[in-house]
Order: sequence, then structure tokens, then C-alpha cells
Amino acid sequence: MHLSREEIDARLEELRDKLPQSILEELRQELHRAKLTKEALESIIEEVLKRYEYARVEPGEAVGVVAAQSMGEPSTQMTMRTFHYAGVAELNVTLGLPRIIEIVDARKKPSTPMMTIYLEEEYARDKEKAEQVAQEIETLYLEDLLEKSEIDIVHQRVNLYFDEYEMRRRKVEMEEVLKKLGSIKGVSTEVAGNVVSVIPEKTSSIKELRKLENRVKGIHLRGIKDIRRVVLRREGEEYVIYTEGSNLKDVLRIEGVDITRTKTNDITEIQRVLGIEAGRNAIINEIQDTLNEQGLTVDVRHLMLVADMMAVDGTIKAIGRHGVSGEKASVLARAAFEITVDHLLHAAVAGEYEELEGIVENVIVGRPVKLGTGMVELVMRRELEEAKEVKEAE
Amino acid sequence: MRIIPKKVERIKFGLLSPEQIRKLAEVKIVTADTYDEDGYPIEGGLMDPRLGVVDPGLRCKTCGSRVGDCPGHFGRIELARPVIHVGYAKLINKILKSTCRECGRILLPEEKIEEFRQELKRAKRIGKNEEPIVEELFKLARASKSCPHCGAEQMEIKFEKPTTFIEVVEGRQHRLSPIEVRERLERVTDGDAEVMGFDVSVARPEWMVLTVLLVPPVTVRPSITLESGERSEDDLTHKLVDIIRINQRLEENMEAGAPQLIIEDLWELLQYHVTTYFNNEVAGVPPARHRSGRPLKTLAQRLKGKEGRFRSNLSGKRVNYSARTVISPDPNLSINEVGVPEIIARELTIPEIVTPMNIDRLKELVRNGPHRYPGANYVERPDGARLSLARVRDIDELLEKIEPGWKVHRHLIDGDIVLFNRQPSLHRMSIMAHEVKVLPYKTFRLNLCVCPPYNADFDGDEMNLHAIQSQEARAEARVLMRVQEQILSPRFGGPIIGGIHDHISGAYLLTQPEVKFTKEEAFHLLYASGIRKPLPEPAVEENGRAYYTGKQIFSMLLPEDLTLRYRAKVCRKCEKCKREECEYDAYVVIENGKLRCGVMDEKSFGAFAGELLDRIVKDYGTDAAREFLDRVTKLVINFITWRGFSTGIDDEDLPEEAKERIAEILDEAERSVFELIRAYNDKILDQLPGRSLEETLEMRIMEVLSEARDKTGKIANEYLEREEKRRRHENSARIMAVSGARGSLLNLTQMAACVGQQSVRGERIKRGYSGRTLPHFKVGDISAKAKGFVRSSYKQGLSPLEFFFHNMGGREGLVDTAVRTSQSGYMQRRLINALQDLKVEYDNTVRDTRGVIVEFQHGEDGSDPSRTDWGKMVNVKNIVQKYARTEAE
Repeated sequence: MHLSREEIDARLEELRDKLPQSILEELRQELHRAKLTKEALESIIEEVLKRYEYARVEPGEAVGVVAAQSMGEPSTQMTMRTFHYAGVAELNVTLGLPRIIEIVDARKKPSTPMMTIYLEEEYARDKEKAEQVAQEIETLYLEDLLEKSEIDIVHQRVNLYFDEYEMRRRKVEMEEVLKKLGSIKGVSTEVAGNVVSVIPEKTSSIKELRKLENRVKGIHLRGIKDIRRVVLRREGEEYVIYTEGSNLKDVLRIEGVDITRTKTNDITEIQRVLGIEAGRNAIINEIQDTLNEQGLTVDVRHLMLVADMMAVDGTIKAIGRHGVSGEKASVLARAAFEITVDHLLHAAVAGEYEELEGIVENVIVGRPVKLGTGMVELVMRRELEEAKEVKEAE
Repeated sequence: MRIIPKKVERIKFGLLSPEQIRKLAEVKIVTADTYDEDGYPIEGGLMDPRLGVVDPGLRCKTCGSRVGDCPGHFGRIELARPVIHVGYAKLINKILKSTCRECGRILLPEEKIEEFRQELKRAKRIGKNEEPIVEELFKLARASKSCPHCGAEQMEIKFEKPTTFIEVVEGRQHRLSPIEVRERLERVTDGDAEVMGFDVSVARPEWMVLTVLLVPPVTVRPSITLESGERSEDDLTHKLVDIIRINQRLEENMEAGAPQLIIEDLWELLQYHVTTYFNNEVAGVPPARHRSGRPLKTLAQRLKGKEGRFRSNLSGKRVNYSARTVISPDPNLSINEVGVPEIIARELTIPEIVTPMNIDRLKELVRNGPHRYPGANYVERPDGARLSLARVRDIDELLEKIEPGWKVHRHLIDGDIVLFNRQPSLHRMSIMAHEVKVLPYKTFRLNLCVCPPYNADFDGDEMNLHAIQSQEARAEARVLMRVQEQILSPRFGGPIIGGIHDHISGAYLLTQPEVKFTKEEAFHLLYASGIRKPLPEPAVEENGRAYYTGKQIFSMLLPEDLTLRYRAKVCRKCEKCKREECEYDAYVVIENGKLRCGVMDEKSFGAFAGELLDRIVKDYGTDAAREFLDRVTKLVINFITWRGFSTGIDDEDLPEEAKERIAEILDEAERSVFELIRAYNDKILDQLPGRSLEETLEMRIMEVLSEARDKTGKIANEYLEREEKRRRHENSARIMAVSGARGSLLNLTQMAACVGQQSVRGERIKRGYSGRTLPHFKVGDISAKAKGFVRSSYKQGLSPLEFFFHNMGGREGLVDTAVRTSQSGYMQRRLINALQDLKVEYDNTVRDTRGVIVEFQHGEDGSDPSRTDWGKMVNVKNIVQKYARTEAE
């Protein structure tokens, strides 16, 4: 009496081109758990189809405005505090409204660049290996290893006092440091315990010594540029590296880094390194994460539209006069937004046409906008219909 | 006969050539004076009657029309010497630098120019931005030292903002006069101009140097007559007077053969006046001022910015048939309705066409006239002429004449559809269609369930109402914009309209297990709520009397075949859920429209959260949902009114024991803060990775203190609950917090136990004197109380120091809100502007006005978020459950 799984599957197979895969799959799973008669199955399928059809967007729907409102309306309820401690207490990240604004502005550099670096299986499980990778990533300047440094003008030298604890923690050998120091031309070095003296060959003024001191302190020992700090954290089974500063391109080259999951919050960098589709997804993810953190629910579809609009032409454009709004086809739409006069003056010289297709343009000339119910162009000619009726009556 | 309205096909922008200006102008303006002594406009002056009419009653000398019909006519001023148009100075600069000073060709070889021409053509064809290409051309051309066409050597040209060009010839600086500039621009060939971004059919480069100035009609710059009879001229007129005056002097001096120096000075002055006439905010030019010292509002200022023509008159327009007043609540109205005061109903009208079917009714309304409600304010004849009923003497005579085809502008009556709006209009639910219900008094009335979408409260909020004038608009409003159609938010696909405050507490109290009613009470409640259904069998019998439970009463509102299970807001997320046996009655089971167990609270029908409401809208449609909300409102409000519910300061009373425990916890916390400080001073504090020692200390202290506050909150809540049970005395504040009606446990904590740490910028308070926050502390004191920890509760009252810190935190909150609204407002404006033209086409793609595809399927699955179930297109589980019993959940 009840239908078997095979029978259900066979029936579902017929719906292959009527329903999307995800819904079909869910339906299959639910149906397999239920006891069904043929009639019940048919009713279910009928209702699913009806619901699916109902949930589809209708032509003319002003999806853009709805998306903009859905993102803008809750933003009034967001916090303004720039700094907040997310997941990792050790790092500061911009969140809330300032972060959203930063994203839609498509800034070249986020105010707090940050990376989340996932590791490949064998590194992720092993604390030591993970630490090794972390150390390889963190930039280390000679200055970071010093307890203090001083200029000895009498003996014509710069004394560097190394902090042994830091040296041990960062696993740096003195040889490594000396090798780097040796690469500076015109100086020699003297080692006495944890004090290294850098001695210029020529007699130098205090100004020159100070310059030397700064140069020595700024020696890049290891790590990746721009990554100022790393924090290793255990998340469930694996170790994950969080960094302050971002340099996706170089990090992806590091051995042991899981290039499929590693990410940064610098959207333009993602676009540069991984391409526009990745950039578009990054926008969606970043906005969604920020909204979720604030406890606001916004359907992804709205965020997708915003991201798609920012990424349509292959590069990420800002929402605003320097991006999407500044490149609109309509003169009036641009003039009505910002920098009114310049747009009008330019339009005159270039002999631009205003096609009056968009929203503001039609509002300006005072006619219905071509959205929703205003999109319909088919009009019934009443006289014709009436004539037909008369004919039928005869 | 129907008039076919003219349709603007498209608009072409261009520059006016001197010839065009001369052709366009009706009048050559020569005198700077406007009116003569008798107050008549002077011919050839700025108020020349041929420029159009502004005074009512007069006819235009040019077109013969009256005020309203005459659009105004242009005049012109022949400039004695040409001047540069400020707006184009930058572009002129680029052209001067990239064209030959001898032959006027672009300073690039022919092939290169051709290359750019092709690239431009391509860009135009594919709709790409042409500007970067033209910029590139300018950049390349300006670099060459000699002309590749005629071989002439090029000189350096300096541009001195805003309108001066200087050529360096053999180390000597030579100022290029506008005449010279114009000559050079004239030499630019049409072909070259096109490559520089010009459309030569409407804009020749030399037209950017003005020889004739177009004078706008008087209708553009009407003068106003003050009460004293004095005339006050428009800013533009003032500016034009200046231009004419200087122009005249320049001309006279030139004729008189004045020295070059004087002529140049006057010329520069003319340039200044024309510059400020176009734009009075040019950098480097002192703005022209009115006699009073106020800067003049000239052409650019009229268009620009929020108060400019574009944003304030073209994109947003003023309307008739609208009203605005204070709002107040009325639970007896349906969510679809709006209460309109009679005075407003008498003022707002709706046009109704007279037909044989309604002629008697409309005549009655006309007879009532504008002052007796319901009446009418105007009648409109078929030829469009309007008669005001306030001015009609013989009403019977008029009534005789009314016949089908006339229009009657009648008062608003019950059932009319109107639009209702509250600013800021952040989303589409900020304007919804309501049905009118005419009521006494002077406020708009609305059902409380529609407060969330409007974000309205009744502390003095005002709202706007618009009476719809056309049948099509009314139909659209009714079908698409009615409140019940907006219950589900397009933002997340869940309900945004729903119960708030007392609705929630009322339902929570009503559905408590011990609540019971006699038959009379039950009838009374149900009648007041408008429920006319047979009562079920009473569920309880006590002492021989039958009683109905609150849950039974509530079940009367539910659709008969509704089956639903969910966890209520009061759920404590126990480790092992006892489901039906839940001791807090937090597991809601509805079977076939009967509420079997569980209490109703925010999760049931609250705005943003109501699961029950969510199911009703999605499965039973918006009509059912509207009915449910209307009835719930009435039932629950009637119940809570009848039962009584109020909160006071005694809701925060704690027994001595609790107070002691709280004090203990706070003492303990303060002690651990001291310990942390000591550990820090002794340098034995464990440093957090990537943090300085000071930061670590701060973070640890904050952690300890917030933990302590939470603990005191828990204790307070525990005792409040215990007291409630022991004395069988309900605690309204706690009920509200638990059921989600208003407030949270944090609010209770702060009132009853401890306010907690005050913060500014996410840190403990640190500003003030050097090393300390207030002179009451020692320098360097970083203990809890010295940095803004408030250990008192609001009920106890704050010490002066605590109060001060509390105020600091509070002020930051206020500033924050003010900044946030402006920032998020601007962001939303930008978002809307960027996305507003996107719509779904018939092929289901999302495109902008150019036809560029932005998405192939909206949201990757072609769905409409407002029709999804919290983002899912189809709630498969729900449907399957409806038709088949699932084996196990």
C-alpha cells in the first residue's frame, strides 16, 4: 500500500527539469522518511510545484531597490564602535556600520586588514608544525628581537642588546642575525654575549650613526611583508592562524597553507589574486559575516545583488559617485545624485542623449517609472474589444 | 475624445552657439535698470515685458498668453568682450595644452589620432566610459614640444584658476586674453574636436568662450513684492544687473579709447561677474554678495545639493491630497485600517465620476457641501472646469446640472484606500495602504501591530496620509500595498508585522496553565474580541462548576487544521528537553487548531519572531493572518485589561539575603581586580599573546567585572523568581522580560542588582585628569570604582561619582546614535541610487537600464526573497508533514 523508495525516486525523476536540484534532493530525503500513498505523493508534488512557482520572482520586480533597502534599513540599528573583539580576543577588527560602509566603498585597503589562514591536514593537527608555519608567516624585523639599542659616539658604534627571551620564543639563532648584518656594506660587527656592536668603517657623525641604527633595526629577518602579527588558535580539531595585516599572494605560496580555505578581509586583494568571481563572493561573505555578528538577518540574495552590481564589469566598483552611480548611462540620474553641475556641463559638450529609461529620469519628467506595474507596455484597445463584442452580439 | 499626451522621447544636451542665442532671444538687453519711477518695467531692461509675464492679469508681449501659460522668453546680452565660461575653464586648459598654437591641430601624428578615434567609436558602441580614453589623449598630446602637422614649436601654457591662461614665450609670461583663447579654439578642426570628446553638431570648442550671454526669462527669476510695496529682485537679476553695468562701462571705455589698462581691468571685472553668475562657489573667487552680506544664489547653486532643483524639486515633488498629524493607538481597528479624524476627512477628497448608478448618492454628497460630513468639496464639469462648492450660491441649480460624466470630489469615507507613511522611509513597509475609518478627534489612529514596520511609537510621532486620486492607483494600492500584504518582510522572508508589548504579555498570561474562565467570562472575552464560534467543551471542572482554560480561549483564534510544534521564547534551552512535560510550559504543541501545551509569547506572534504567525501567513494566506492579528489584539488586550497588569519599583525588590550575596560577589570582584593589579605591578601577570601587559590587564579586569555583573543578575533573577513563586505574587517586570514583551534580563539586572561597568569607546573610563578620572582618586588608581564601575543598582541609586561615570557612558551612546543615523542614511542613499534601476526582465534576468545583465537569475535561484520561507523557496518538510506522517522527527 505504501510506496517503495524506488517508486518515489522514479516519480521524482520526472520532475528533474521542473524543480532545482536542491529542492528535489531535500524532497527525496523527506519522502524516504515518510510512509506514503500514491495520492499523498501526488498531493505533495503538486503543492511543492505550486510553492516553487509562487516563490519565483515576477518580471518587473524592483529587486534593486528591495536589496538596497534590505541592506540599508537594518544598518540604522548597527553599532558604530569601530573596534570590537571578534572570535579572537587578541585581534582588533573593524565591525558594524563602519565595516559595511568600507565594503560598499570598495576601499583599496581595509582599515584593519586581517587574514584567516587554514592549514593542510598534517600541519593543522600538529601544534608544532602549525607554529612553524605561523613563524614563517609573521614578519620579523631585527628591532623586534631587541631589548634596547644605543649609539656609542665615543667608540663609533651602534650597540644592539638582544632580548634572549624573544630570540628563543621566535626561534632565531644569532648566526642568522649576523649573516643579515654582514650584508650591510661598510660595517663590521662585534659580538659580546647578547650584545652586538655594529661599527662603521668610516668615522661618522651622530646623524650618520642614527641613520645606521634605524637601518639596522629595520632589517627584515623573515616572514611575509605586511603581516605584523600572527595568532595561532585551536578551533575544534585543527589549528588556525589569524594575522594582523594581509598579503594573500605570498601567504598562499607558503608550504602547509590550505589554499582552498585561507581568506583575507581585503576584498580588492582577493579580486586581484583570485579573480572577480572570488571578489564578488568575498563581498557577500564579508557583508554577511558583519551583519550576522550584529545579529541582523538579511537574505543573501540581497547581498548577492549588491555584490553583483559592484562586480559586473570585471573590477570591483564602489557604490557611490566614484563607482556605480558615477558610471550610469543617464545624465539626469547622475546629476540628481551628486556633483550635479559637472555632469550637466560634460553632457553638453559631449552632446549626450538622455534616454529617460531609469527611475529618477522618469520621476523628473513626471511619468510612471518603468518598474513593476509600470513596465507593462501592452495596452488593450478598447474600441477594438467593444467592436468585437458588438459583432458577437449580432 | 481622448487627448494623447505628448511623450518626451529623449533629451539631447548641447552648448548654445552665439547664433543660436541670438535666434533664441526675443530681447536684446541693454539697460541695467529694471523698473522706471512709476513701477513699470523698462523696455530693454532685465524686466522687459517681452521676457514673459509674472504679474497675474497681464498678457505676455511676446506670446500673448497669461501667467501660467506663458513659459517665458529669453533675452540676451551682447558682451563687449568675450569671457570664459568657468565651468569649462578646465577643459579649455586641456585643449590649449594639447593643440597647436599655430594650426590648432592635436599635437599627435595623424595615425595616433585615428587610433584614438577608433577606440572612442568602439567604446561608444559597447557602452563603455569614454572619459579615460579622452584623458589619455590629452595626456599624450600635451607632452609633445612641437606640432607634428605644421612643425610649429609649442610654448608652455599655465592655467591660473579659475579663468586665466598664461603662455610662456621665451621665458616671458604672456596672458592669453579670452579673445586669443577663442581664436585658438576656433582653429580646432571638427575631426579633432570629436576625438577630444566633443559632439560638434551641438558643441564647438569656441562656444565655451562666451560672446553673447543668454538672459533667462523673468519666470525663472521672479521678483517678489514685499508687504511694504517694495520690490525685491531675485539673486539672478541682481547678478545680471552687475553684468550689464560692467558690460556697458567696458563698451563706453572702449569706444572712448581708454587706456589698455583700464579696459583690461573692466574686462576682468566682467569675467568675475559672469563667473559668479554661473557659479558663486568657485574656488579662488570671492563669492558675490547681496547687500546684506549673504552670498548670492546663482545658477549652479540653484541646481546643486540637497536643497537644489534636482534633489528637492525634480526627484521629490510636493503633492496635494495629503494630510499629516499626530498618531495614537487603537486596538479596535484592524491592521488594515487607519483612523482618520473627521476634519481631515472633510479636507481630503477623492474624485468620483458620476454614473447613473451613483448619481443619487453623489448628489446627496454635493448637497451636503464642504462643511457637512460626508459631503464634497468640488464638482468638475466634463470639460475639466472645477466648481468649488464653498462658493456655489444656488446648490439646487447646480444639482440640476449634474449628470453622468461629471466628477464629484467627495470627502473621504470609510473603506477608501489611502497611503500611510512615516519618515524616515527606510523600506517599502514605510508606506502602506490602509482602509479609512473616519473617527472623531484629531489624531490618526492605527493598530499596534503595524508599529514595527513603520518603527512608530506614540510619544508624539506624526505620520502622513495620501488620498489616492486614480482608479488604477487605488487598485494597485489595494492589491500590492495593503498592510496585510506586507506582513512578510522581503528582507528575510519572515513576519515583520506582529504583536508587541502588551500583546505579548497578555497572551503569555492568558495561556498560563492555571488560567480559567467561567462560561460567562469566556463569552464576554470572545464577544469583545469579535469571535463568533461555538465554544468547545469546558476543560476543567472544579467544585461542580465548569471552567474554560486560557489555552482553550486562545485556540479559538487558530485555524482549525493547524498543527505546529516549536519552543517558546521562555524556553531555557535545557540539556534534555522534556518536550510536552516541560516544567516551564515552553514547548508549544498545536494540534488541529488546539493549543495543547506551551505558552504564547514573542516566538508565537511577535514582530520579527512569531513562528505561529509565520505559519499562518504562509499556509493560510494574508486574509487569515490579518484576521488572526486583529482578533489576537482584541482578545489579548481585553484580557489583560480585565485582569490587570502593571509594573512598579517593587518588582525589583530583593530580599536581604540576595542583597548580601550580590554585595559579596561585587566585593569579590573588586578584590580580584586588586589582585590583578598587584600581579601586574609585580610583573607576574600572564601576558596574552600579541597584547601588551597593560592591554592584558585591562582586558582581564573588564572580564572579571562583567562576569561579576552577570553573576549578580543571575542571583537577582533567581530570587525574583523564587519570591514570585513563594508569595504567589507575579512580577510584571520579569514577565515582560521573559516573554519578550519588553526589556531584557540585563535591564532587570541593572535595576535590581548592579548597573555594571560604564564604558567610553569600548574601554573603561580613562579620560579626565592626568593619571586619574576625577580628583577624588589618587593618581594612577586603576581600581574598579576609579574607572567607572557602578556597583549600585538603579533602584538603590547611584553615588555622585557613579552618576558622573554613568553620564559619560550615556552621552557616548547619544552621540553614537546621532552619528550613526547620518552615516547609515547616506549609505542607504548611495545603495538605492546605485541599484534602483535594476529590475527583473521577462527572461528572468536582472538588468540595468542599459540592458547590461547583472544577474542571470535573481539570487542565483530566481526567487523572490519576500515569498520565501526564511530564505528557502519551498518548505519541503512542512509540506510532506502535512500530507504524510513522518516516521520520526
